[in-house]
Amino acid sequence: MTAAATTEAAVRPARAGRRLPLAWVGTLPFLAYAGVFLLLPTGIVIWNAFKGNTNGWTLANIKALNTGPVRTAFTGSLELCVISSLIGAVAGALLAYAVASGDADGLIRRIYLAGSGVLAQFGGVTLAFAFLATIGPIGFLLHASWYSDFPWGIALIYCYFQIPLMVLVFLPAIDGLRVPWREATENLGGSTWQYWRYVGGPLLAPAFLGAALLLFANALSAFATIEAWEDQIAYVVPQSISTSLISEVGLANAHEGDALALGMIVLVVIVMSCYLLLQRRAGRWQR
Amino acid sequence: MATIDTVPSDLTGAPLARRVSGRRTRQRRRLNAFRYITFTVFALFFLLPLLSMFRFSFEGSTPGSWSVSAWTSISSYPGLLSSIEITLELAVLTSVAMVLLVVPTMIWVRLRVAWFRRIMEFISLLPLTIPAIVLVVGLAPIYNWIEHYNVSALMLLWAYVILALPYAYRALAAGLDAVDAKTLSEAARSLGARWPTVMFKVIVPNMWQGILNALLLTVALVLGEFTVAYLLSYTTLQPALFEISRSTTNAGVLFSASAATLIFAFVLLLILSYAGRRLRRGRP
Repeated sequence: MTAAATTEAAVRPARAGRRLPLAWVGTLPFLAYAGVFLLLPTGIVIWNAFKGNTNGWTLANIKALNTGPVRTAFTGSLELCVISSLIGAVAGALLAYAVASGDADGLIRRIYLAGSGVLAQFGGVTLAFAFLATIGPIGFLLHASWYSDFPWGIALIYCYFQIPLMVLVFLPAIDGLRVPWREATENLGGSTWQYWRYVGGPLLAPAFLGAALLLFANALSAFATIEAWEDQIAYVVPQSISTSLISEVGLANAHEGDALALGMIVLVVIVMSCYLLLQRRAGRWQR
Repeated sequence: MATIDTVPSDLTGAPLARRVSGRRTRQRRRLNAFRYITFTVFALFFLLPLLSMFRFSFEGSTPGSWSVSAWTSISSYPGLLSSIEITLELAVLTSVAMVLLVVPTMIWVRLRVAWFRRIMEFISLLPLTIPAIVLVVGLAPIYNWIEHYNVSALMLLWAYVILALPYAYRALAAGLDAVDAKTLSEAARSLGARWPTVMFKVIVPNMWQGILNALLLTVALVLGEFTVAYLLSYTTLQPALFEISRSTTNAGVLFSASAATLIFAFVLLLILSYAGRRLRRGRP
């Protein structure tokens, strides 16, 4: 803010009163691009979700969300997201604590941080293949019978990117726990349990919940991995969307995909709003 | 409570210190045990799938044997090589388009249109919130229209710039934050430089690290992208791998091509961290 204000002030005398402020024109290419390829598609989804098969407006697409297969997909999504984000959050928090309690410039910390950065992005079909080669029907490690069970088999695979994401998001919060707080607890006679119950836990709780919500949203939008894991049955909403996009012809209503997508937008907006609120709460003592 | 009662007598010094240090040692030992167990368990969890995939890519015709045939057949497997080619072209085009679109806008906003900064950040981070699968539903009509003019898979570039925008934006913003843009631009302006000179000859050379990061992150995203390409029916690398896995789950080429992609992405990230360290060292 101040940077630009000063620059403006330094420049203004030369052209005072001669020109309208036109600097904002420079943002137009970016705005136009984001408008066409980001905002317009989102708008199309919302628009089409309320459009009828022929023309005119209807709530039929939205009402169709409350039918058998769609409900199954939404409950499946919720189940998978809750399980994978809970496991991911708890395991990731443990790992983050183990990393944070070591040497701040140590090799282990650097390896785990760099590794987390890579693995948090490592979704996609490749991940499903890696697990197929490990515990799938042709697996090297074992032939797990539950590999193709929903939700546990796929939840384990999701943990592969959920845990690293948790480490990345949660580590700053743990780093924010200051040693003097621990020492103060000890000097007042507090045990380790008491420290976590009355000091560390409450301080970390908002950050933990926020990170868990982020993991939830992350699992919600994942598609490639679960599609490569099992593409015959639509377990989760992204898979139903994909089915309705690919086989648009045979469907009772042409805009089912848009209604499903709108459902996901609503879910994501709720989750992310809670996340932002919790982040603000967590940031209060994190300077 | 008992501990509190004993505090006054300890206040004079040594005994308290000794007791605390004894407890510290015990805690340290317990903590270390916890750390090493945690690190081992997670290292196994993260490494085993990768190792299994690599081992599988070297599997011969009989279980347990070794062979490089899966690796050599990458080049001969129908359609695979062309999908790799188109993906690499897309990666280059997308990252160049990204930098051309975002870098000038970002510098301009930082220097001249400060009020727009929050809006730009919001828009840039939005694709993190809107799932790609939702975006593709809205993109489908737009791509129907694009396909009237051009059916090449390179057209995926338009969507990929949006998907990579959050990562590139953060990398570039970090790069620009490291530059004292205000002082540099004031100095350049007072020496008579015009705005294009300020942006491209003064600011940009100082944020190479951020630009490099943004380029590599974009390349990594394009290499791993599946959802948009698959649903818009373009055969890039990941949809090609998916098709192979559907026709036969036993194809060694599935694992060798996946492993090759991973190695490539890993090398890119190594370059990123190596170049980053060198650039940092070069700075006074």
